[in-house]
Amino acid sequence: MTTTSLPEPVIGREPQAREALNAAALRKQVRSEATALSALSLPGLLLIGAIALAPIAWLFWLSFRGKSGFTLEHYERLLHPAYILTLQTTFELSFLVTAICIALGYPLAYLISQVGPRLATMLMLLVLFPVWTSLLVRCYAWLVLLQRRGVVNTWLQDMGLIEAPLRLMHNFTGTAIGMVHIMLPFMVLPLYATMRSINRDYMRAAANLGASPVRAFWQVFVPLSLPGLFAGIIIVFVLCLGFYVTPALLGGGRVMMWSMQIERNVTYHSDWGAASALGVVLLAMTLGIIWGVGRLIGFDRIIGGR
Amino acid sequence: MVRRPATETQITHAGRLWLYMLGGLIVLFLILPSLLVIPLSFSDSRYLAFPPPGWSTRWYEAYFSAVEWRDATVMSFNAATLTMIISTALGTLAAYGMNTSHSRFARIAYAAFMLPLIIPGILIAIGIFLLYAHLGLNNTLTGIVLAHSVMAIPLVVITVASSLKSYDMNQEMAARSLGASRPWAFLTVTLPQIKVSVISAALLAFITSLDEVVISLFIAGGDKATLTRRMFNALRDEIDPTIAAISTLLILMSVVLLGLTQMLQRTPVTRPTTEAPNAAAKN
Repeated sequence: MTTTSLPEPVIGREPQAREALNAAALRKQVRSEATALSALSLPGLLLIGAIALAPIAWLFWLSFRGKSGFTLEHYERLLHPAYILTLQTTFELSFLVTAICIALGYPLAYLISQVGPRLATMLMLLVLFPVWTSLLVRCYAWLVLLQRRGVVNTWLQDMGLIEAPLRLMHNFTGTAIGMVHIMLPFMVLPLYATMRSINRDYMRAAANLGASPVRAFWQVFVPLSLPGLFAGIIIVFVLCLGFYVTPALLGGGRVMMWSMQIERNVTYHSDWGAASALGVVLLAMTLGIIWGVGRLIGFDRIIGGR
Repeated sequence: MVRRPATETQITHAGRLWLYMLGGLIVLFLILPSLLVIPLSFSDSRYLAFPPPGWSTRWYEAYFSAVEWRDATVMSFNAATLTMIISTALGTLAAYGMNTSHSRFARIAYAAFMLPLIIPGILIAIGIFLLYAHLGLNNTLTGIVLAHSVMAIPLVVITVASSLKSYDMNQEMAARSLGASRPWAFLTVTLPQIKVSVISAALLAFITSLDEVVISLFIAGGDKATLTRRMFNALRDEIDPTIAAISTLLILMSVVLLGLTQMLQRTPVTRPTTEAPNAAAKN
């Protein structure tokens, strides 16, 4: 770190010139201190740059490289129907999961924002508990629950709601259920943070001006909660797009996500050209969505949502 | 009680009974599946019926007596501990530097620190796999720790930076004007006051490494397989009840760690009264 000694004061000369010189020296010192402090972030940045970012730049380069130099063949191959189907599945699943997360997350976040502080803390702990629980444990739980002879099927049969066991896992349904379970807290957290900061007086004012409770909710509360909702949507949707673990386990190989194509090309075919082209497209979609919504509502809200 | 208005718009508690029930159901959906694993882990049957036909600890015995599970557990805990140390040190240092310097570089650096959270995990995983293949770091503890640190540092930065935002840097100025050097002022004045968030960040880094799956699938093979990698492969093949026992132990640990962070946050932190209004406004 830099020394903390002050710059040598300038004496003699005209008072005004003296002041200007002193001020310039001070400014210079402030700047050099800011530089030194910024340098504290370099070790972390270098590690992230070397381990995570540089290899991605390398993949980017690989995606344009064929046997004889520059090529677009890896990207042209992505137009194959199998890849198009994967892209379609990925988007369908991501939209569905995001929509269900809104439907479940909004009421829950609203409820937590309305109850007293002690109950709210407790409910938030229950929302955070899954986040702190291992992803694999939660996938395992759903595998057990949704099996052919699993808990859900047994109970549904015992209650006489179904005759034969339903196929609940190793398909689209199971994957969607598992993904909603993983993603829901990421919807609730930013929503709750925004709802908590909404001034209650606005609702009182709306009621005073003759709005029915339903109308006050839709015309005052909902618009004010939109930043949190957008942040939640963006986090959930983007995480869904690149999600690997849950679809791989609960999809049982029948639900092909974009990320699974990437894994397959690396592990089974060692096809780095295709894998990196798939990766570049995934990254472009992710950054595109974040950039687009960031322009709309401000980047701080997305990052601050966690 | 139920007739009393619950909101500013005069809806009674009875009038929003449906909301309480819906909220309760959603919370159950969030926590029940994981909790259901606990009784299943004490089942004496291979088939995971609920309620279990009989009780036993055979799956715990299976876990503790299998060498490969034990090795994987030791590996995971070693990696998580080292990741915690590295990422807490580097992340705290970076958060402090960026928060105190107020330069444009600091803002850009903060955005750069968030990249590992934004970039899809699978892409980071194959990138690291490619890099390590050339460096010979695949299937090494060093490789796993460096990769996990990259994923944990952003979380440490977020956690520590958010508590530094409400911390009054003038206290450090005061210490320095009394002759303390900058590092000394940080260690004796600032650090004790942000220690809750630093410890929370460390626990978060630990659990991030312990739970990391995708990167480990690529770079932690052979005798360096982590617990999550072994679990993932076991889950892909069949639903082995041993995993229920491991899951129960992991849930227990999550509860302890989460409880620890909550308890820490309750501990009142003494702050000089003069900075309170400003700090509150900045948040």
